[in-house]
Amino acid sequence: MAGHSDYTPSNGFTRWLDTRLPILRFAHDTMITFPTPRNLNFWYAFGAILTFCLMMQIITGIVLAMHYVPSDTMAFDSVEKIMRDVNYGWLMRYLHANGASMFFLAVYVHIFRGLYYGSYKAPREVLWILGVIIYLLMMATAFLGYVLPWGQMSFWGATVITNLFSSIDQIVPHAGTAITTWLWGGYAVGGPTLNRFFSLHYLLPFVILGVVGLHVWALHVPGNNNPLGIDVKGPQDTVPFHPYYTVKDAFYISLFALLFAYLVFFKPNFVANPDNYFPANPLQTPPHIVPEWYLLPFYAMLRAVPQKLMGVMVLFGAIVTLALIPWLDTSRVRSLRFRPMLRPFFWVLVANCVLLGYLGSKEPQAVWIIGGAHIELLWVARVATLYYYGFFWLILPIVGLIEHPLPLPDSISKTVLGGDAGVAAAE
Amino acid sequence: MRIAQRLGLAVGAGLVVAALWAGAVSTATAQNSQPDLSKVTPGEALPVKDVSFSFQGMFGVYNTAAVQRGFQVYKEVCSACHSMNLVAFSDLGQRGGPDFTPAQVKAIAASYKVPAGPNNMGQTTDSNGQPLMRPAIPADHFPPPFANEEAARFANNGALPPDMSLLAKALDDGPARIYSIVTGFNLNPPPGFKVAPGKFFNPYFPGWNISMPPPLTDGSVTYTDGTKATLDQEAHDVATFLMWCAEPKLDQRKRIGLEVMIFLVVLSGLLYASYRRVWRDMH
Repeated sequence: MAGHSDYTPSNGFTRWLDTRLPILRFAHDTMITFPTPRNLNFWYAFGAILTFCLMMQIITGIVLAMHYVPSDTMAFDSVEKIMRDVNYGWLMRYLHANGASMFFLAVYVHIFRGLYYGSYKAPREVLWILGVIIYLLMMATAFLGYVLPWGQMSFWGATVITNLFSSIDQIVPHAGTAITTWLWGGYAVGGPTLNRFFSLHYLLPFVILGVVGLHVWALHVPGNNNPLGIDVKGPQDTVPFHPYYTVKDAFYISLFALLFAYLVFFKPNFVANPDNYFPANPLQTPPHIVPEWYLLPFYAMLRAVPQKLMGVMVLFGAIVTLALIPWLDTSRVRSLRFRPMLRPFFWVLVANCVLLGYLGSKEPQAVWIIGGAHIELLWVARVATLYYYGFFWLILPIVGLIEHPLPLPDSISKTVLGGDAGVAAAE
Repeated sequence: MRIAQRLGLAVGAGLVVAALWAGAVSTATAQNSQPDLSKVTPGEALPVKDVSFSFQGMFGVYNTAAVQRGFQVYKEVCSACHSMNLVAFSDLGQRGGPDFTPAQVKAIAASYKVPAGPNNMGQTTDSNGQPLMRPAIPADHFPPPFANEEAARFANNGALPPDMSLLAKALDDGPARIYSIVTGFNLNPPPGFKVAPGKFFNPYFPGWNISMPPPLTDGSVTYTDGTKATLDQEAHDVATFLMWCAEPKLDQRKRIGLEVMIFLVVLSGLLYASYRRVWRDMH
C-alpha cells in the first residue's frame, strides 16, 4: 500500500487487469513482498492466528445459520437438532462455540503482546485504536451469539447485560428503561429480543471483517513493530513476508489448531456452562449467573462497585482506557525489553487480569480463608480493579517520565546477526 | 527466535502430555464410603462419588451393553415420570450407542403409543374425547409421560421431573452426579437438619431435599443379559444411557478427533521443517 511496487504481471491477462484494477498488484505488495522486520517472534503469529479464527467463526456460523431457528419456542430444539440430526452439525456447533473461546484466547495474547512491545506508540496509534474497536465488536458479537441457543444462561445473561442500560435512569429518569425496552422489543427479554440478537449476530462479524481490513491497512503504512521496538532502518532489517512469515505463521496456526482440535473433539464442553443445556425459563433464575470466561474480568469490575451506574461506567471505562493508552504512555521507548522499571508492573497487570477473571467466576459474597483470616473476594476485586486503572492512568505516565531505559540497539539486523552482542545478551 | 521455537515445542509437547494423560484415565471401580455430613454446610451438595465410565478419556467410548441395560432401566423405571423429548426410537439403533438391531428398534417403538393422525373420518379423538393412539414407529420420538407441565406437577406433588435428554450435560459432572444422586438416598440426615414434608433426603442434591422418591433399589429391573441388577449396577447403567442421550455423537467425535489430531501433528511437523529450511540462512 505504501512505497514502491515491484509487481510484474506475468501474462496478457494480468497485464490487462493491472491497468484496470490492480488487485493482483495489491495482493502481491501486501502479502508477498511486504517488507517485514526479520526479528518477529512467536507472539507476532497471533495476527495470522486471529485471521484464522475469524474465518473459522464466519464459515461455521454461516452453516449453523442454515439450520438454526431464531424463535423463542424453537431455538433450543433447533440447536439440538443441529447436534443430533444435521450431518456433522455437532462438529459445526462445537467448532463455533469453542472457536469463540479460542478467538478470545488469541486476542488476549495479541493485546498483551502489543502492550509489551509498545506497538501502540507513534506512528501506530490508529492501528491500536482500530484493534480496540475490533475487541469491543468481538465482545458484542460473542455476547449476542451466546444468547442464541436460548438456554438458561443465554436468557439470564441477556437479562443481566441488557439491564446494564437501565442504570442510565439514574442520570436521565426513564431514559435507561426506555433504552432497555427498545433493545428487548418488549418489557422483558423474549422472542423479539432473540430475533434481533440473531440478526445482529450475523451482521457484526462482517463489520469486524471490515475493521480488520482497516487494521491491516493501518499496519501496512508504518509496517510491523518488532520485539526490539526500534524502527526498521533499511532493507537489511527486513525480509519479504512470503515465504518467511507465511511459513512461520502457518506453523503456529497449525499448533494453535492442534489445541483447538483437542478442545473441540475431546473436551467440547470444557468452557461451557452446563446450565445452558437447560432450556430458557423466565420463571426460574439460575442460582449463579456468570458470563463466558473471556468476559469475566469485566464482570468482576462491574460487581466490585456497589453503585450500579458507577459499576457500568467502570466497566466501559476499562475499555475506553485501552483506546487512550497511546497517549497515557509517556516513554519514547517502545519495547519493555528496554524498560526495566515498567516490566514488573506489566507482569503484575497480566496476573491482575487473570485474577479479575477468577474473581468474576466466584459468587459475589465468597471469602478466602488464608491462615484464619477471612478475606472478602469483593474487596480483592476492588483492589484488582484499582490496579487495572492505576496501571494505565498512573503507573504508565509516571514510570515513562522517571525510568532510565536501557540503551537501544543500533539496528535489527545487527542484533539478529550478532553484531550487537551486548544487547542480544541483555534480552 | 530460539525462545519462540522453544515455546512452540513446549506447547506441542504439553498437548501430547495432556492427550496421553486424558487417554490413560482408566476404568476404576466406584467407592462408596459413607460421607461425614456433620462436617459440611447443610444444603450444600456433596462432591460426586468417585465413579468412572467407559466413555471418559480420549479413547473412551460407550459400552453398548451398559447403554442397553441403562435403556432398560430408563424404560422400566425413569420413563414413568421423566420425558426424553429429544431422542427418537431410531436413535436406539445407532452404532457406538445402544446399537439395537433394526428389528429390535421397531419392536421397542411399537411398544409405545403415540397420538395418531386424523382417521378416515378426520377425527383425532375418540367419542370420549381421548386422543386416538397408534403404535410408535422408529421415526417417532419418545412420548412424554405427562400431557404438559401442569399434569406433571399435579402427579408429582408439585415438582416437575426434568426432561432427561440433556440431563447428563446440564449437570456439572453429569453422569457422576446422576449416579451419586440415585445411589445417595440411603443416608440419614445429620442432627438438626429437617427434611421438608413430602421430600426425601439426598445430600448429593443441592439443598439436600429432593422431590424424587428413591427411584432404584436392588432388583428394580431384571436385566435381559443376565447381569445382576444391584442398585450400584442400575445407577451406573442408567447414567451411561443418559450420557449417550445427551451426547449421542461422542463416538464419531472422538474417532474423527483422533484422525484430526494425527493429521495436525504431521502437518505441524512438515510446517516446522519448512520453516527451519526457509529461515536456515537468516540468523
